[in-house]
Amino acid sequence: MNIQEMAKDIPVEGEHSLEGIDFITNGEQYLTFVLDQEQYAVDILCVEEIRSWEQPTKIPNAPRYVKGVINMRGIIVPIIDLRLKFTIGQPQYLETTVVIVLTFEHDHKSRTIGFVVDAVSDVLNADEGDIKKAPSFGGSMPQEYVEGLINVGDNVVTLLSVQALQTIEQHQLHA
Amino acid sequence: MSIDLSQFIPSFLEESFEGLELMESSLLDLNQDSDSETINSVFRAAHSIKGGAGTFGFNDVTEFTHHVETLLDEMRDGRRTIEPDDVEILLDSVDCMRLMIEAVRDDVTCEDEKIAKTSILLQKTLGSHDDDASTDEQPQNTAKNNEATTSNSCWQITFIPQHHLVQTGNDPLLLFNALADLGQLSVVAKVDGLPALTDMDAEELYLTWQLELKSGCSEDDIKEVFEWVEDECELIIEQQMQELDDSPVIESEEVANPSPIDINPSLPEKSLEVELAASKPSEKTASKAKPDVGSIRVGVDKVDSLINLVGELVITQSMLSELGNDFDMSKTERLVSGLEQLLQNTKELQESVMRIRMLPISFAFNRFPRLVHDLSKKTGKEMELIIKGEQTELDKTVMEQIGDPLVHLVRNAADHGIESAEVRIAAGKPAKGTITLDAYHQGGNIVIEICDDGAGINRDIILAKATEKGLVDAKAVLTDSQVYDLLFEAGFSTAAEITDISGRGVGMDVVKRNIQSLGGRIQVESVQGKGSTFKVNLPLTLAILDGQLVKVGTETYIIPLIAIVESLQAKSDLINRVSGDMVLYRLREDNVPVLPIYQLFDLTAECKEVDNALLVVVEADGQKVGLMVDDLLAQQQVVIKSLADNYQQVDGISGATILGDGSVAMILDIPGMIALAMKIGKENTASIIQESVGENA
Repeated sequence: MNIQEMAKDIPVEGEHSLEGIDFITNGEQYLTFVLDQEQYAVDILCVEEIRSWEQPTKIPNAPRYVKGVINMRGIIVPIIDLRLKFTIGQPQYLETTVVIVLTFEHDHKSRTIGFVVDAVSDVLNADEGDIKKAPSFGGSMPQEYVEGLINVGDNVVTLLSVQALQTIEQHQLHA
Repeated sequence: MSIDLSQFIPSFLEESFEGLELMESSLLDLNQDSDSETINSVFRAAHSIKGGAGTFGFNDVTEFTHHVETLLDEMRDGRRTIEPDDVEILLDSVDCMRLMIEAVRDDVTCEDEKIAKTSILLQKTLGSHDDDASTDEQPQNTAKNNEATTSNSCWQITFIPQHHLVQTGNDPLLLFNALADLGQLSVVAKVDGLPALTDMDAEELYLTWQLELKSGCSEDDIKEVFEWVEDECELIIEQQMQELDDSPVIESEEVANPSPIDINPSLPEKSLEVELAASKPSEKTASKAKPDVGSIRVGVDKVDSLINLVGELVITQSMLSELGNDFDMSKTERLVSGLEQLLQNTKELQESVMRIRMLPISFAFNRFPRLVHDLSKKTGKEMELIIKGEQTELDKTVMEQIGDPLVHLVRNAADHGIESAEVRIAAGKPAKGTITLDAYHQGGNIVIEICDDGAGINRDIILAKATEKGLVDAKAVLTDSQVYDLLFEAGFSTAAEITDISGRGVGMDVVKRNIQSLGGRIQVESVQGKGSTFKVNLPLTLAILDGQLVKVGTETYIIPLIAIVESLQAKSDLINRVSGDMVLYRLREDNVPVLPIYQLFDLTAECKEVDNALLVVVEADGQKVGLMVDDLLAQQQVVIKSLADNYQQVDGISGATILGDGSVAMILDIPGMIALAMKIGKENTASIIQESVGENA
C-alpha cells in the first residue's frame, strides 16, 4: 500500500464518522448491564465510573443489600448490591463482578452511590419514543424503580429510574 | 478614579467591626478616673470608622459617627466630664453604628428606630454643652448648612474631556458610576464632536457629556469624583434648586473655555441617554461581596513557621527522590531515616496548618463584658466579669458555634446564679457578684468554665420540678450530677419568675445539643450558697480527631480518644453476670456494663468470651461502658468524613475515615452506641445499664 492510498484512510472532518464514537445521536444514551440473565439500563450521564469489585467496609446494622462503603479518591461511597435489593439471581462476587458508581445531582447537592452488578454490557442509544411503559404487575422489583422498557433486538432492557435509585437505601428503611 | 473601591469594602467592614468591639470594651472601662489613653483609643476607633465610611460613601455612618466623635472629643479635651449617662449613650451609639454597618454589609437600607432615637439623644447631649463646645461645632454646623441648602438639589454637570482622556487610563464610565452612587443620575452623551469615520482615531475620545444629578451631596463631593481628570477635561458644575428660579452657581475648574458647550436636545437620534439608577452599582458591589467566604487574620509568625516547614519538606523530598534514583539495599537505613524525617515534617506541617485556623478565644469572650454590663443594669444586681485565659486558642468553626451557648450560660449565671445585693450581704458575701469566664487546654481539648459565686443550684427545687413535669420518678434516688443533667432537659426552668433574660426553659437543652454537635460535653458543679460552675469541654478542632484503632472481627473501628477512660484486660473474677446472663465488670467501685461490639453491630468476632477479653472503658453522658474488642491497634489522628453525604447517619457511628492503606474505617459514636444498645437490647443490655444507674445512685 503506498502512501497515497493510506492518506485516503485518514478521516477528514465532516466527511467521515469514526465508527463507534458517534456521540452525536438524536436520543439519550444508556449504559446497559446484566443482573443474572436480565438486561438493565441507566442514564449514562449519571455514571461516574465503573470499577471492579472490592470488599467494602461494613456499615453496622445496615440492610443486607448495603454491602458497605469504599474510599473513592477520598470520598466515602456506599455500595449497594442491586441483585440483593431486587432479589435477582444469586449474588456472587467474582473477578468479573463490577461496581457502577453513579452520581446524582439534586438541589445543588450530589450523591454518589456504587451499585454492584454482574457485568456491564453496552452503551445503548434510545429515543424517548423507544421507551415503552412497563406492565404494572409482575417482577420482584418495586414498580417505582422501573422507568420503562426498551426493545433491543430480541431482548428487552429494563430502564431504571434515576430518582428511585438515588434514594434507594431510604426505601428499605421505611418498608 | 479607575480603582474599583468596592473590592476594599469587605476589609473596611471587618476593620469597622473590630473597631466597634474595641470601642465597646474601652467604653466599659471608661469612667471619671480612667486615663486619657482609654478615651483616646475609643476616639481613634471612631475616627477610623468615620474615615473609612466616608471613603466608601456610606454617608449615614459618617454622619452618625461624626456626632459620636464630637462627643468623644469634648470628653478627651476635658471640656466635658465623663458621666455614666454619657457612656451609656455612647454604648448605644456603638450598637447603632454596628446596625448601620451590618446594613451596609447586607446591602439593605437601615431604618431602625433605635438609630433615630440615639441620634436625637446624642445631639441633645451635644446641645446641652453647646456653649463650651461652640468653637468645635463650627465646622460641623457649616457642613450642615451646606447640606441643608444642597439637599434635593439638582446638579447640572457638563463634562468635556480632552481627546486623549482615555489614553491616560481614565474611563468616563467609572466616573459616572461613582456619581450614580451619590444620587440619581441621568447621562446624555453628545456625539456632535464626532468626526467622519475616515478621520476618526480609535484611541481618541470625541464624546462629551451632559449629566444631571439629583442628590443631597455637596459640590465638593462631585469635584472629588472628577479629581483625577480635572486637568484633562473641562468641567462645569451648576446647581439648580428644585424651583429653578435660583440663579445657578457656576463653577469652573478650568476657565480656558468659559462658554459652556451648546446643549442640543433636539437631536434625540444623536444623543444616547443612559439612566444609571443609583441602586444598580451598589447592588453590583454587594453581589461581589456577598459570597462571604470569611477570612482569618493570621499572625506573620504563623505564616513564617509554615514557610519554614515547607522548606524542610522540600529538602526531605529531594533527599528521598535522590535516594530513590539509585537505590540498593545498602541504603535502607538512610531510607528509613528519610521517611522518619518526612513523618516529622508532615506532622509539624499539619499542626502548623491547623494552627492557622486557631484563634484566641478572646474573639468569643470579648462580647461578654458588654453583656454582663447590660444584664447588671437590667436585673439591678451588682456584678462584675472576670475573664481568664483569653489567649487560649480554638478552631474558628468551633468558636463561631460556641458563642451562642456561652451567651446563654452567662445570662443564666447572671439571672439565676447571682443574687441581689441584699441577699448577698445577708449571706455574708460581697455585695458585688462575680462571674468568671475561664478557658484552658486540657489534653487534646479546650475547657471553658463559666463560674459564678451566686446561690448555687438548689437540688430540691430541681427534683420537685422534674417530678412535677414527670421527668423523673418521685421515688428515684439520683446523684447530684444526674440532678444537674435535668437542667438540660427541654422545657425545664426553675426560675421562680420568668424574666426576659431567662427562665422560659428554652435554651439549656439547645445549649447541650449545640455543644454535643461540636463533639463536646458539658458538666455542672455546684455548691449551694457558694455558686455553680458550668464546664464546657470541646475538641480543639472538628476536622481531625485523635482516635484509638481497634479490631473487631475483620473490621477496624476508631474510638475517639476523648471518650476513653481506660483500656484493660478483663479479669474473670471481676466479671459478674447478673439478671439474665448480663455482664458487668467491676472497675474499682463502679459496675461497668460490658458492650460487645460484635453483638451490637452484628459481626463475627474472634473473641466472644468476656474472660480475658480486651475492654475499652469509655464514658459518655456520665455513663461508663466497657466496649469489648478483639485487639487494640495504633493510636492516630484521623480526618473525619461524613457518612451522611452519600449515605445516611448510622446509629452508633459518627463518621468514617480513610486509613493509611486506603481502606475506610468507621468512627464510633459512644453516646449513639449506648442509645443503640438500649434500643436493640431491651431485654439484655438496657436492663443492665439501668441496673447500674440504680447502683450508682
